[in-house]
Amino acid sequence: MFSILASKAKTSCANKTGTWRTMKKPKYLRINCIHCGLCKLVCPEGCIEGKEKNKYVPDYDYCKGCGLCAYICPKKDIEMVSEDTEVK
Amino acid sequence: MEREHFQENLYVSGHTACPGCGQSMAARLVLNVAGPNTMIANATGCLEVFSTKAPETAFGVPWIHSLFENAAAVASGVEASLKAQGKLSTVRVIAQAGDGGTADIGLQALSGMLERGHDVLYVCYDNEAYMNTGIQRSGLTPFEANTTTTPLGKNSAGNPTYKKPLVEICAAHHIPYAASASVGFPQDLQKKVKKALDIRGPKFLHVHVPCPLGWISEPAGTLEVAKLAVQTGLFPLVEYEYGKLARVFKLPAPKPVEEYLKTQGRFRHIVKSPQELAKVQQTADKNIEFYGLK
Amino acid sequence: MKQFLEGSWALAESVKLCRPQVVSAYPITPQTHIVEHLAQFVANGDLKAESVNVESEHSAASLVLGSEAVGSRSFTCTSSQGLFLMAEVVFNIAGMRLPVMMVCANRAVSAPINIWNDQQDSVSLRDSGWIQLQAENNQEAVDLIIAGYKIGEDPKIMLPVMVCVDGFILTHGMETVDVPSQAEVDKFLPAYNPPYKLDVADPMSLGLLGDPTVYHENRYALHRTLLETIPLIEQTGKDFKAQFGRDSVRLVEEYKLDDAEIALVAMGSVCGTIKDTIDEQRAKGVKVGLLKIVSYRPFPDEAIKKALAKATYIGIVDKNISLGATGANYAEVKALMPADKKVSGFVAGLGGRDITPCTIQGIINDTKGAVNVCKFVDLNEKILFGEFKV
Repeated sequence: MFSILASKAKTSCANKTGTWRTMKKPKYLRINCIHCGLCKLVCPEGCIEGKEKNKYVPDYDYCKGCGLCAYICPKKDIEMVSEDTEVK
Repeated sequence: MEREHFQENLYVSGHTACPGCGQSMAARLVLNVAGPNTMIANATGCLEVFSTKAPETAFGVPWIHSLFENAAAVASGVEASLKAQGKLSTVRVIAQAGDGGTADIGLQALSGMLERGHDVLYVCYDNEAYMNTGIQRSGLTPFEANTTTTPLGKNSAGNPTYKKPLVEICAAHHIPYAASASVGFPQDLQKKVKKALDIRGPKFLHVHVPCPLGWISEPAGTLEVAKLAVQTGLFPLVEYEYGKLARVFKLPAPKPVEEYLKTQGRFRHIVKSPQELAKVQQTADKNIEFYGLK
Repeated sequence: MKQFLEGSWALAESVKLCRPQVVSAYPITPQTHIVEHLAQFVANGDLKAESVNVESEHSAASLVLGSEAVGSRSFTCTSSQGLFLMAEVVFNIAGMRLPVMMVCANRAVSAPINIWNDQQDSVSLRDSGWIQLQAENNQEAVDLIIAGYKIGEDPKIMLPVMVCVDGFILTHGMETVDVPSQAEVDKFLPAYNPPYKLDVADPMSLGLLGDPTVYHENRYALHRTLLETIPLIEQTGKDFKAQFGRDSVRLVEEYKLDDAEIALVAMGSVCGTIKDTIDEQRAKGVKVGLLKIVSYRPFPDEAIKKALAKATYIGIVDKNISLGATGANYAEVKALMPADKKVSGFVAGLGGRDITPCTIQGIINDTKGAVNVCKFVDLNEKILFGEFKV
């Protein structure tokens, strides 16, 4: 008899930490993005996807709203806006 | 799990680290460079606790957690088994732990692993206190940091001692590579991980990772805080090879320590006192001289 | 093949025959010879294993935990203080369901420091979730190591095994032991093939945080599995006997208990002395027998109840003491006995104090006398009240 002994890789996907956000979330303007990839590199959640200029997207199901992507963006193309703002 | 970011990362979303946690960022940077053919032995601590609460895990590679002080010993066993099975040439072994689990309770096992020459990269995520148990001081807590076991008071200005010279302790074992890195310089960190993993034998990486909660700093400020620690000389980026200082990240114009200290509530009392500020500046100046950073 | 050799050497041979891939230990008297022999086997190329000389027992246990998790049959060995230093790892290994094998060369625990034999060390870790098998002699020890690997590695069990041997008495004693051939052991013990292991082909995380919603069930699963090991030990014992011709692998041994009025209960090498004394007593008409406990954990309660059913007077000999209470075996066996039996507990042999036929004689007599839950036998009054008192 074993009970819970181990867990398969990446099963934390079940935990949608996006619900943690109460105040701010990132808005990707997608105007001046130079595809440097720094936002994707530094996100502590690793939830940013992007393979081309102006096509970067954070996964709001997991984004905790820390603001580090907005901080690092060399083109200031990411803004922290209030949580109830509509974003794409 | 089918989403792109889950496919692209080996340390994924869904972990319960605080927003802006430097350690979660570093763990992901390290693992993405290490690649899927990696096995990790992790000590008890923030990273382990916020990543692997049953029945979930944020890790995408084989991973094992045992106890607080034995990451290096468990990693030695993982390596020994891979070696016995003839698999060590294709699988990398990483041991990871926090500052407490490395420099204090884990120092014996680390020293043993380095001395025996295991082919393991040991990564110490240094957030400068026992954060997971509530911000108690460790051997790597910096001078006069306010922690719960070195609190401010009539008789105390915070932690009375200086950071243990962890990179030097490891380098003194004459291992092929012992270096420091910071999440404030993420590409440098990844480069150092790659360099280390290309070497066979024991390697050590000391990574500075701000903790917004314990340091009382802005989550969005984590990268800036980490950068300033380096740029003031308080956390120098250095590389040792076989016990000799091989490379340093130069600081032609080091920033005054006040710029770094004022970003964090744990140093607020220092910022208010020119006397204490001078003491901390002295530690930075000593580093700059010792490593020839200017 | 029968050889006359030092116990440690026989045990090392047995471990070698089981083909562990990783061996790691830290020196402590009286385990040292076992590990030294293994190091020699590796140095000679007779044992193809990674032999890692670690910097403490805590790391020895941690290392074999890591190597077992990656799929290597592993081995470690310690005594007394070393076992206590690695205690948290010992609990960890069981909780993580890794079938590590350990030989514990039973030794007394500090303080005072004492390198000679008693069973306090392994008995103190009886809560850890390990299968604990106690050997009476070196033949049994050799056999229990081989069978122990098979039992622990059973995919339904996956529990670590501690084979306990009385330090110095067995480790440093010379006996005739039938050391099996490699072919025989290979036939009985296949290669380690775990149902789970760390593997880049199927990554998983082992050693999770188990909060209140899952911890209780995890411990129950461990407990249940240990209980399920009882019939497995019996079956393995039958299989072992069929192949090797010896009874070594069993839950208990009943010695002249069928018509015994007085029954002694004991573990380990003292059973040899007890059997000799019983034979002497029987010749004089005393109906006395011995229940030898081999599987200490899991605790074979049904086998014990059955063995002691007929005796009226039960004398339990403990080479350990739960200070402030009674000997450990006394407490556990007494709990199984119906009210009409007269059960006494004796603490003997602590710190290597010799247990002679005379001592056993005294115990047999006392068992028939007034019930005494915890009698320290052969106390030397001069030392007790003499120069060592503060």
